[in-house]
Amino acid sequence: MTDSRERRLELKGLHSWYGESHVLHGTTLHVNRGEVVTILGRNGAGKTTTMRTIMGIVRKRKGEARLDGHDLIATPPHKVAGLGLGYVPEERGIFSSLNVAENLTLPPVVKSGGMGLDDIYELFPNLEGRDKTVGTRLSGGEQQMLAMARILRTGADFILLDEPTEGLAPVIVDEIAKALVKLKALGLTIILVEQNLKFATASADRHYVMDQGQVVDEFTNERLVSDMARINAHLGV
Amino acid sequence: MQTNKLLVPAVAAGLGILLAAPAVVFPLFLIQLLCLALFASALNLVLGYAGLLSLGHAAFFGGSAYVTAHAAKAWGLPFELAVLLGVAFATLLGLAFGALGIRRHGIYFAMVTLALAQMIYFLAVQMPFTGGEDGIQAVPRGKLLGLVDLSDTTTMYYVVLVIVVAALILVWRVVHSPFGHVLAAIRENEARAVSLGLNVERCKLIAFVISAALSGLAGSLKVIAFQLASLNNVSWHLSGEVVLMTLIGGVGTFFGPIVGAAFLVSLEHFLATSGLPIAAIIGAIFMACVMVFRRGFVGEFLHRRKD
Amino acid sequence: MPDIFGMPVAVLLGQVLLGLINGSFYALLSLGLAIIFGMLNVINFAHGAFYMFGAFVTWMVMSWLGLSYWPALVVVPIVVGAFGAAIERLFLKRLYQVDHLYSLLFTFGLALVMEGLFRHVFGSAGKPYPVPQELTGVLKLGFMFLPVYRGWVIIAALLVCVATWLVIEKTRLGAYLRAATENPSLVQAFGINVPLMLTITYGFCVGLAGFAGVLAAPIYQVSPGMGSNLIIIVFAVVVIGGMGSIGGAILTGLSLGVIEGLTKTFYPSASSIVIFIVMVIVLMLRPAGLFGREA
Repeated sequence: MTDSRERRLELKGLHSWYGESHVLHGTTLHVNRGEVVTILGRNGAGKTTTMRTIMGIVRKRKGEARLDGHDLIATPPHKVAGLGLGYVPEERGIFSSLNVAENLTLPPVVKSGGMGLDDIYELFPNLEGRDKTVGTRLSGGEQQMLAMARILRTGADFILLDEPTEGLAPVIVDEIAKALVKLKALGLTIILVEQNLKFATASADRHYVMDQGQVVDEFTNERLVSDMARINAHLGV
Repeated sequence: MQTNKLLVPAVAAGLGILLAAPAVVFPLFLIQLLCLALFASALNLVLGYAGLLSLGHAAFFGGSAYVTAHAAKAWGLPFELAVLLGVAFATLLGLAFGALGIRRHGIYFAMVTLALAQMIYFLAVQMPFTGGEDGIQAVPRGKLLGLVDLSDTTTMYYVVLVIVVAALILVWRVVHSPFGHVLAAIRENEARAVSLGLNVERCKLIAFVISAALSGLAGSLKVIAFQLASLNNVSWHLSGEVVLMTLIGGVGTFFGPIVGAAFLVSLEHFLATSGLPIAAIIGAIFMACVMVFRRGFVGEFLHRRKD
Repeated sequence: MPDIFGMPVAVLLGQVLLGLINGSFYALLSLGLAIIFGMLNVINFAHGAFYMFGAFVTWMVMSWLGLSYWPALVVVPIVVGAFGAAIERLFLKRLYQVDHLYSLLFTFGLALVMEGLFRHVFGSAGKPYPVPQELTGVLKLGFMFLPVYRGWVIIAALLVCVATWLVIEKTRLGAYLRAATENPSLVQAFGINVPLMLTITYGFCVGLAGFAGVLAAPIYQVSPGMGSNLIIIVFAVVVIGGMGSIGGAILTGLSLGVIEGLTKTFYPSASSIVIFIVMVIVLMLRPAGLFGREA
C-alpha cells in the first residue's frame, strides 16, 4: 500500500478537542510528495477537524503530526504556513471588508515558486479584472477560485482543500477539477476533503475514509473506482 | 441537597446576627450594608439571571434617592409615600432605559446603560431641585405609617431590615418562579429560547424593570436613613461598585451579592480612615477578581461543594 | 453679518469651531475605541484613563525633565502606548477566551486604579500646562478670534485621524487588520502573527488616547478626573456612530462636537446632555447606530 516516495505529512494517533468535545480520536494517515489524497466520510466524521488540527487552528491536540520532519504540534499557529502549508477552508474564508485584489494578496508569500498573477488568471480567468470588487460579492464559484488562488500565490506546496465543490454548479465544478489536475501536474501535494466522489476520483491517488474521528479505511484510486460498494457502505449512501 | 440542608440554619443564623447587630455595630453602617446588599441583589437579577451587564444602575438608586428626598423634604410626604414615589420613578426610568437598550447585546448594552445613567447624573448636577454639588440635605425621616418615629437610628435600622428582607424574599421568589427559569434558559442559550417561542426581549425587559425598582427601593431607604441625597448616589463609580459587589460575591448566586456588598462596604469602612486611595484599591480588587476569581466567594463555595 | 435664529452668524461659526475642538477629542478617542473593539472585542473603559495618563505624562516630563511640548508630542504617545501594550500582554490577552463582559470590567477596574492613584499622588485639582510658545496668539478669522493653539488641535487631530483611516483602509497592514477583525484564526493560518498584531493594535490605539492627552494638556487643566468625564461621552458617541466603521467613528465624533457647541449657544443648560439625547434618538430610530453593522 505504501509506496517508496518521500513522506511529507505524517499523522500518528492524533487527538484534538473543541473545548470539551473530543473530535479526533487517534487519526493516523500520511501523504507523500506530489500525491493527491482525499479524506472521505460522513458529516461530522472529523475531516475538517483534521485539517484544522494540522493547521493549528484547533489548539487543543495530542499525538504526532509532522510535516517534512517538523513537529507541527510544537509549531505556533502563525508559523505553520511558513512550512509550506496552504489552507483553503470549507467556508472559503473570503473577507468582506477586503476587495478581490486585497484578498488575493493577503496571505504572505512563504516560498519561492508561487504563481504569479498571470499564471493565476490563466488558471482562473474569472478573477481577472475584478480587483476592486468586494470579495464576498463574487459568486460562490469565484470565491472558491479566489480562495485557492490566494494560496497558490504564496508558494505553498502542500495544499489542504476542504470541500471545494460544495454548493457549486456542475460547470464550475468541472473548472475546479481541471485546475486541480493542473496543480497536481505542477507537483503540489494536496489533501482534499470531498463529498463528490466523481470529483474526488478524477485526480486523487489515494483515499482515506474517516468515521468518528478515526481513519477506518484506505484505498488506492483504482480500488475505489472498482469497488464502489465498499466505499458506499462507509458513507452510508 | 446538602446545600439546602445548610441553607435554613445559615439564613436563620444570618438573621439572628442582623437582629442583634445594632448592639455592637453602628446602625447606620448596617443600614448602608443592607441597602447595598439589596442594590447588588437587584443588579444580580439582570447580570446574573438575565445575563445583561448594566453599568448604569446608579441612575435608579440615585434617581430614586433624589425623588424620595425631595418628596419627603419639599413636599413633606410621609416616609412610605416618599419611598413609593422614588420606587415608582426608578421603575419608570428602568422601563425607559430597558426599552432603549434591551435590543443591544452584551457590551453594547453596558455602554448604553452607562451613557443613559450619565445623562441622569448631569441632570442631577443641573436641575434646580437636586441642589447640585450640595445635594438635598437634612431630609426628614418622618414616621412609619404615622406611628413609629424613625428619628431613632436603631428603629430606622429595624424598619430597613424588615423591608430589605422582604425585598430579598421577593428576589428569591422571582428567581425560583417559572419566570426565573425562563430567564435562566435565555441566559444559557438565547437562540434556543427564541426558537422555543419565548419573547426574549420582553422577559429581559421585565427582569430589568424589577431590578430597577428594587435598586430604587434601596436608594430611597438609604437616603431617608442618611438624610442626604448626593451626586455620589448617581455616579458611574457607584454603578461600577455594585457590579463589583455582585462579581466578588458570586454572579448568579442568590447570596453572592449580599456577601459581596458586606465585604465591600466593610472594606470601604475600614479604608476610609486609612488614608489609602480607596478608589484605586477597589479598582485593583476589580482587576484581580476578573483575572482569577470570576466565580466570587459564594460561586466558588458552591463549586467546591459540587466537586 | 446676518442672524440665524436670532444669533449672529459670526457667533454661530465661532461655536462650530469651538465644537470642532471637542469633536477632535471625541474623534481621536472613539476611533481608538472602535478599532480596539473591532480587533479585540474589548470595550476599553480605560481609554479615558489613558488619555488622562497622556496629559499627566506630558505635564510630568515638563515639570521633572524639562521636556517641552514638541518632544512630548512624540514621546508621550509612545510611553502611553507601550504601557497599554504591556497591559494587553499581561492581562487582556488572558480574557479573550471568556465572556467579553470581563474585559470591559477589567478595564473599568484599571481606570479606577489609574484615576485613584493619580488623585492620591497629585490631588484632584488641575495642573496648568503652558501653551507652547510657537502656538500662542490668536488668529483673526473675520468672524472670531481663534487661539492658534486650538486651531492646531483641530488640524493635528484631523491629520492623525485621517492618517489612521488611510492606513487601515488603503495599506497592506490595514488589510491584515480588517481581515483579522473578521476571521482571526484564518489570518493566523496564513502565517500572520495575530496575537502580536492585537498587542500592537491595542498599544497603538492607547497611544492615540495618549496623543489626545498631550493635545489636551494646554487647553484643559491636567487633572485625574479628566478622562472619566470624557470617556462616558465618547461611549455615547460610539453608540451613536455604531462600531462598524472607522470613518464613521471620526465623522460622528466631529459632528457631535459641533452639535454640542451649537447647543451651548442656543440652550446652554442642555449642552452637557445633548449628546446623550442624540444617543436616545438614534437608539430609537436606528439601534445599530448611524454607521453600525450589528443587527
